[in-house]
Amino acid sequence: MEAVLALRGVSKHFPTHCAVDNLSLEVERGKLYTLLGPSGCGKTTTLRLVAGFDQPTEGDIYLNGARINRLRPYERNISTVFQNYALFPHLSVQGNIEFGLRRKKHPDITRRVREMLDLVRLEGKESRFPAEISGGERQRVALARSLAVAPDVLLLDEPLSALDQKLRRQVRTELRSLQRSTGVTFLFVTHDQEEALSISDRVAVMHAGRLEQVGTPTDVYLKPATRFVATFVGTLNWINGAGLRPEAVRVGYSGPDEGRPCVRATVVESTFLGNRVHVEASLSTGERVVAELSRAEGPFSRGESVRLWWDPADELRFPAEAP
Amino acid sequence: MSRWLKLYAVLIFTFLHLPLLALAVFSFNSSRFTLWEGFSLAWYKALFSDPQLSEAALNSLLVAVAATSLAVSAGTLCAYGLWKRRSGLVEGGLYLSLATPEIVMGISLLAFYQGLFRFLDVRLGMHTVILAHVTFSIAYVVFVVMARLRTLDPALEEAAMDLGATELEAFWRVTVPSLTPGVAAAALLVFTLSFDDYVITSLVAGVDSETLPMVIYAMARRGTNPVVNAVSTLVVVLLGAFILAAERLRRA
Amino acid sequence: MTRLRTLFLAPASTLLVVLVLCPTIVVCLYSLLTRGAYGGLGPPWTAESYLRLFDPLYLKLLARSLWLAVVSTGLCLLLGFPLALFISRAGRRKQVFLLLVILPFWTSLLVRIYAWMFLLRDTGLINTLLMSLGLTSEPLPLLYNDGAVILGLVYGHLPFTVLPIYAALERLDRSVIEASADLGARPLSTLWRVILPMSMPGIQAGGLLVFIPCLGAYLIPDLMGGGKSIMIGNLIQNQFTTARDWPFGAAVSLLLMALVLPLALLMLRGKPGRLA
Repeated sequence: MEAVLALRGVSKHFPTHCAVDNLSLEVERGKLYTLLGPSGCGKTTTLRLVAGFDQPTEGDIYLNGARINRLRPYERNISTVFQNYALFPHLSVQGNIEFGLRRKKHPDITRRVREMLDLVRLEGKESRFPAEISGGERQRVALARSLAVAPDVLLLDEPLSALDQKLRRQVRTELRSLQRSTGVTFLFVTHDQEEALSISDRVAVMHAGRLEQVGTPTDVYLKPATRFVATFVGTLNWINGAGLRPEAVRVGYSGPDEGRPCVRATVVESTFLGNRVHVEASLSTGERVVAELSRAEGPFSRGESVRLWWDPADELRFPAEAP
Repeated sequence: MSRWLKLYAVLIFTFLHLPLLALAVFSFNSSRFTLWEGFSLAWYKALFSDPQLSEAALNSLLVAVAATSLAVSAGTLCAYGLWKRRSGLVEGGLYLSLATPEIVMGISLLAFYQGLFRFLDVRLGMHTVILAHVTFSIAYVVFVVMARLRTLDPALEEAAMDLGATELEAFWRVTVPSLTPGVAAAALLVFTLSFDDYVITSLVAGVDSETLPMVIYAMARRGTNPVVNAVSTLVVVLLGAFILAAERLRRA
Repeated sequence: MTRLRTLFLAPASTLLVVLVLCPTIVVCLYSLLTRGAYGGLGPPWTAESYLRLFDPLYLKLLARSLWLAVVSTGLCLLLGFPLALFISRAGRRKQVFLLLVILPFWTSLLVRIYAWMFLLRDTGLINTLLMSLGLTSEPLPLLYNDGAVILGLVYGHLPFTVLPIYAALERLDRSVIEASADLGARPLSTLWRVILPMSMPGIQAGGLLVFIPCLGAYLIPDLMGGGKSIMIGNLIQNQFTTARDWPFGAAVSLLLMALVLPLALLMLRGKPGRLA
């Protein structure tokens, strides 16, 4: 599997701060690659560098093996789906989708536009204008518009953040199936770790302009490379200097059988979630711990004295990290 | 930004400012011909000793001050009244005065005055000019002050009344102080419009009420007179300073 | 409160009624009277002045006024758009450039037109320079023609296009412009196909803001055109001074208002209530 997009030692310095710091990554063809991180971590800046709206201060960007640093956005075969969709308000849906095709003088525009409309299920809406269609439909127009030009990489800047919760799950599944059916390489940017874990082939966790870890969703969740990744992806408890996922913590009135690590705690909250139980308990140090149990293991009541234990193999420990 | 755009901007700004700059430069020319022969303040000295110019300048000043006072008072009150409740009729009338070409406003005022003079024994003079100036400038006052009023919180006056102030007291003690920069900006604007007006003034001024623009016009018509260059430069500098001040106040 | 409010509106309303409404009525009445022997006017009531408007001489004048106004407006838009574009891309110095555009405009129009006369007349700066450099032997007739009037009209009204177009450009969504480049459009293509159509409201507002005053222009065609390039405004002034034909002058004034008012209403429809 060759890399369709590669960044080598890319940095972007602004007068006040460094947004991207010596970033190197490779995106394999046909995969859905996600840049995950909190706001301000540099993921959107990275996207803009790839698209060509900004120039890297250091480093190189390669597309299909060719260095594209000097190329303008309209010279790169990369297309962007903007966060607010950025549809042309003075053009119809049809006009928007064929815009890129007209610029590149595509031989069969009508057929291609029809293909795209079918792909995103907007047949019949081609003469509507952006102001006349819903938010979800506008996103599909943005997708169709960008996919129409058959880009080597499709960039998506937080495409789900404008949608409400329910719609988000549905749309992300649609995006995943779209990516699979078209086979286009997607470079996805988001701050929502659930989103990233559910649909990505590869996740790259970013923090303060640097890449903390790259791996499959499983890797990133079960084997976080740094303290930041462990706390950012999923929930993490800290007990006696060890990191523990909620599902690794057991709760009971009596302690564990063998010599497993064990602490005392007081139940603060016990939430019944149908087939699971969330228990939030407070340690003698005052720290809070969240445990996720099956229905059979709970429930507990507020104020009860309990014991928490775990399998030491589940502990996540990190060396003291440089600031 | 492409260098063509920058080049274009340089050309256009030159086009916009060259005439006035040339005029200003040549107002210091020692020769009366259009060839530079040396620096001289002769024309400025001539300007100040010319009785016709002095009288005209004084007239312009008097008219401008009077028109500004009247327009600002009436206009501010009107803006306040409109802020409380809109009136399509009044606002329509104001827009009409703005949209009317100067020449039409001038001749209609002239016609009106002449019609009036059949019944009242009044002549064209300073008073007719002042009234005319108030007429064409009041809309500017109203809209500038209204823009300022829109930034104010109506609850402030209500709070004042709640604490015992009458409507008038609330207006005077709460709203007016906040309006001062806007009113000052409007005043400078009216002064500039009035001081510079030629078209309307030339039609409704009497024989003894020549204003500075009227003199400048006559001199300009007659030929290249360097004194005109000098007086023009002074006028532009003065009005320019006023407008700069008005902009600062408007944004304050 | 209503009584107080009426009091507040009273001075301005009285002014409007006495000095705007009444004069308008007077002009309407005058247009229907007859010119007197010594330049006065009186009965009989007649529509003769209006009929005279259809004289080919005056129709030609009207056509020429419209033509000059249209050309000037077109030039203002053509010249104003790139300037507005420049200012919108000027970063921190936007306000300075805007001031440089507006400031001269708000000082004396008379002086600024005189400045052009100083440059263009036979004894003016340009001709003097050309002749002293030996490039011409006779002064070029740069003043007192249609071209000079158009120059004056454009010079006097350019800021009116720059401001609304600039405002429209500032309101543009930057990401739409980026999207255009992203999809393969080169900068000129983006300008023509995206930026220009999206700033159309500003362009229309600017066009009206220039066309209306140009139609009713008096001072500029008077000074820059001499007696050779007259517009409707000059005709009106002439009737009320030298020609002393007030009824006809009144009729022409009403004709001008009939052209200007619908356009002004059109403009109001575009931007409700905002001026300052």
